[in-house]
Amino acid sequence: MNNSFFMKNPSLLVFLGLLALFTLGVTLMSEAYGSGLVSTSFVKTLGKTLCLALVAIAMDLVWGYTGILSLGHFAFFGVGGYMIGMWLMYARTEIIVVNSLASSPIPATASEISDAIGSQIFGVVGSSDFPAIWMFADSLILQLMMVVLVPGLVALVFGWLAFRSRVTGVYLSILTQAMTLALSLYLFQNDSGLRGNNGLSGLQNLPGADDIPQSVMSIWFLWASALALALTYIATSFVVSGKFGSVIRGIRDDEARVRFLGYSVEGYKLFVFVLTAIMAAIGGALYYPQAGIINPAEIAPIASIYLAVWVAIGGRGRIYGAVIGAVVVSLVSTWFTGGQAPNINLGFYEVKWVDWWQVLLGLSFVLVTLFAPKGIGGLVDVFTGRFSPNRKGAPLGPDAGSLREEEAEK
Amino acid sequence: MIRFLTATFIVLAAFASPALAPSPAQAQDQTIQEVLQTHREVIEKSSRKTIGPAIDAIAASGLPSAQNVLQKWQSRDMWQRKDDRLFFYAEEVDSKTYTLYDFDSDAAVGDFAKSDLKQLKPNSGIRAVIGAALVQFQLSDPDPARRSEAILAIQRDGEASHLAPLRASIAGETDPDIKALKEVTERLLTISYDTDDAARVAAIQGFNGALSLDVRAVLNPVLTTTIALKDSLPDDANIKDRVIAGSEALPFEDALARMVSAGMIPAQPTISERKDALVANIQDGMVGGVGVADLADQDARDRAYMVLVSEGVVPEWDAGYSIEDAVKSTEFVEVYAEPSKAVTDAAEATLKTIDRAVGLNQTLDLALDGLSLASIYFLAAIGLAITFGVMGVINMAHGEFIMMGAYTGYVVQQIIPDYTVSILVAIPAAFMVTFAAGVAMERLIIRWLYNRPLETLLASFGVAIALQQIAKNIFGTQARPLTSPAWLDGALVFNDVLAISYIRIAIFVLAGIFLGVFLFIMKKTRLGLETRAVTQNPKMAASMGINPDRVNMLTFGLGSGIAGIAGVAIGLYAKVTSEMGADYIVQSFMTVVVGGVGNIWGTLLGALGIGFLQKGIEWLNPSNTLAAQTYMIVFIIIFIQFRPKGIIALKGRAAGD
Repeated sequence: MNNSFFMKNPSLLVFLGLLALFTLGVTLMSEAYGSGLVSTSFVKTLGKTLCLALVAIAMDLVWGYTGILSLGHFAFFGVGGYMIGMWLMYARTEIIVVNSLASSPIPATASEISDAIGSQIFGVVGSSDFPAIWMFADSLILQLMMVVLVPGLVALVFGWLAFRSRVTGVYLSILTQAMTLALSLYLFQNDSGLRGNNGLSGLQNLPGADDIPQSVMSIWFLWASALALALTYIATSFVVSGKFGSVIRGIRDDEARVRFLGYSVEGYKLFVFVLTAIMAAIGGALYYPQAGIINPAEIAPIASIYLAVWVAIGGRGRIYGAVIGAVVVSLVSTWFTGGQAPNINLGFYEVKWVDWWQVLLGLSFVLVTLFAPKGIGGLVDVFTGRFSPNRKGAPLGPDAGSLREEEAEK
Repeated sequence: MIRFLTATFIVLAAFASPALAPSPAQAQDQTIQEVLQTHREVIEKSSRKTIGPAIDAIAASGLPSAQNVLQKWQSRDMWQRKDDRLFFYAEEVDSKTYTLYDFDSDAAVGDFAKSDLKQLKPNSGIRAVIGAALVQFQLSDPDPARRSEAILAIQRDGEASHLAPLRASIAGETDPDIKALKEVTERLLTISYDTDDAARVAAIQGFNGALSLDVRAVLNPVLTTTIALKDSLPDDANIKDRVIAGSEALPFEDALARMVSAGMIPAQPTISERKDALVANIQDGMVGGVGVADLADQDARDRAYMVLVSEGVVPEWDAGYSIEDAVKSTEFVEVYAEPSKAVTDAAEATLKTIDRAVGLNQTLDLALDGLSLASIYFLAAIGLAITFGVMGVINMAHGEFIMMGAYTGYVVQQIIPDYTVSILVAIPAAFMVTFAAGVAMERLIIRWLYNRPLETLLASFGVAIALQQIAKNIFGTQARPLTSPAWLDGALVFNDVLAISYIRIAIFVLAGIFLGVFLFIMKKTRLGLETRAVTQNPKMAASMGINPDRVNMLTFGLGSGIAGIAGVAIGLYAKVTSEMGADYIVQSFMTVVVGGVGNIWGTLLGALGIGFLQKGIEWLNPSNTLAAQTYMIVFIIIFIQFRPKGIIALKGRAAGD
């Protein structure tokens, strides 16, 4: 019993319970199914926050557990959004075009419909032809496969190249940041085939679901996001709990030692990198239909750094830490930037939080890094009484061989 | 066109006469009034066909007032007194009275009623002839400035009538610069307007390898071509080449339209015309025996259309018709507008030599561009080469230090209005501000994180977003200008293709100075020695009596301070915004990583490589700098696969691992 999956992950049941309670609670307070205490737009915000928590778990797995500070996972998130956005935009435009052509005296042929959709979608970038990457856009199944396959393949190729040449540490971070920058610059071009800086829009309208009001739709997406988050949490707990988890934590703490023990470090890293890229893409595919619009600015390098910020504030190396970080920072950020936070009048200067929130975030991030490397999740350790040993500068002996050097130097 | 030619002939005739070189002797025994009176009847008749000799005589008289006569005549200020029919120029006193002036002496003759006078009203044709005659006066004006002005006007806006006076004025030109300018202009005009092909060919060949834009502007119209059906052309047409239908120059649709309009083949209804015809012939929900509901298919539509054709209600259409087949049997050619083959051949040959010369100069220009981009990257990265390269600290706020330097320059400029002085003050001011910021950041944040490099990255990112937002709150979101002093305006122009702006030269020089300063500090000063010692082994350095804390603080401050100076330089040529630092941070890290961490020469090589590579890719795919940046980053990612430690990799203990 002590070795059961749930015993190894005591947080799992608590988390799933809280998530179920939260989702039910929001549903009962929503405009569509309940008292109407929570507005539809706030339901959407909550649904999006769950997706951000999902991608934060992916980031935690790759950074907190494996020690790869990837500054590219939000790019995978965006790519996932683009892939689902292509189908949403195509299918919805198709319905509009078919309706408008239905009033013409003779029914339209398939090629006429396709041309009309093309000029509708690509009119803003001065084109009307479908680029090759839209090949599968008419099929939901294929496009859903693309959500998984495209970021997975990008991560596979990039990770294989990077890990096999032993690019590690900060170099890998810079390299992933460069990848993100290249991707967003590429998407900013008008001839990238994804509408340049206009991005894809109108994603909140599901094709064929015009009769369903947004209030109901938002609840559906909330449930879908909650389900995806729960599954991700379970999958991540599974991955990190067994022997595999021990190996990737070993890689984080001392890569060379794990390699000398005979493990294929590159293989483990590549697996985690690709798996988390796919998780991030699924999060994006659920996020952007709720956001309604995606454009290349969403996947600028800074977004990926923010992702790392969430995980660090929440607490690295614990899955619930990532969730707490993403939820707290993004909700507090919404609260401050939405103009709801009261301004502070200092007499000589009025602090408007819309202007100063970024400063507060930046500084609190510095403070968390300096004084609370465990993040908010570290509070759990305080309650449960788990502390790192204070070695008071004693040398590393055989007994402390399992400790990391930083811990030893405390 | 005919007008120009006539004018040319008239002027040519004038210069063919012995009066070409005006003799001073003639001037003494004739007044301009006598010349005018000799040709009085022609002038009074005022017809363009007969006016030539009169204007020629005036122009050739050699009298100092001849130019004035022509100018007044052209501007309709020449009047004739009715009683003695003498010519004067007049100024209006009031609506009925005019003051007359004598042409020869410029003396006022007296006031006359308008009814006693007759105004000469040359029509536009005559005014053009007068204008051509006036050109020779401007071209031989005693003032060199007006001469070159006249030539430049001709270069800008030349016409056939300018050719003869220009040629005539070359021999008497004394100023060697203007003479050369005249000769070039004469050849340009010859190419466009001379009627003698041999002269044009000679003029064209004279421009072999010339870089001037004017030459290309003159040669290109000579080589204008149009696409035509070969059979429709006369036998002596100046054909350039065959054109294949379906190529980019001649799409199938265009070829077909030309054949149809030439009447070679009957027009075929296009797909949309056929659809319109179907719509027009719907009867009781049926078209040509096919139900309207079934027309969602092109085959069904074609069947219905064929039925309509057999009923004779719509134009003929051949279902098996293919544009490719119809066009295949016909020969299309590109034909020059210029009839003379000798001229077009010479122009093509010359243009080829020009293209080669232009290509060479463009390559040089591209190299200069690459060099200046490399110096900008180097400037942005050199501070990072110290903090990241030497100390191993990932400072994501480096870009914000660049921004702080640029804003310091802006603030200094608000206080000191003189741009030269303000730049000289701004550079040390920017250094001090960012040095202080760097030292503060090192003391407060970085030093606690030396053994946690990834967390330095995140903490300094927190500083970066805070600094960015603070800058936005203070200076607003709009871009602030950092004006360069006047002596940095403009560009060093080698020729029409090759030029480099002085700001870029200044940035290049600044990058060179920084390289020198860096090398001096690192190799020749106590601080450099201590920095290198602390970097290699802090504990050993400490036991040698070096204070690692102090050294780290100063080194970090130095790197930040250099970033501030770089900010001033970058702000001079780009706008100062709160986000400008973020634009450089990734490129700067790339530069350091590609070059090889911990070696300034590596950073230099990295900057040069990235700068030239980016310009090179931009040249392959112009008008798309986004794509160039994308491909460059992809290239760098691949490069790092093969040399993970950069171009110059440290070896041994200095490598630190």
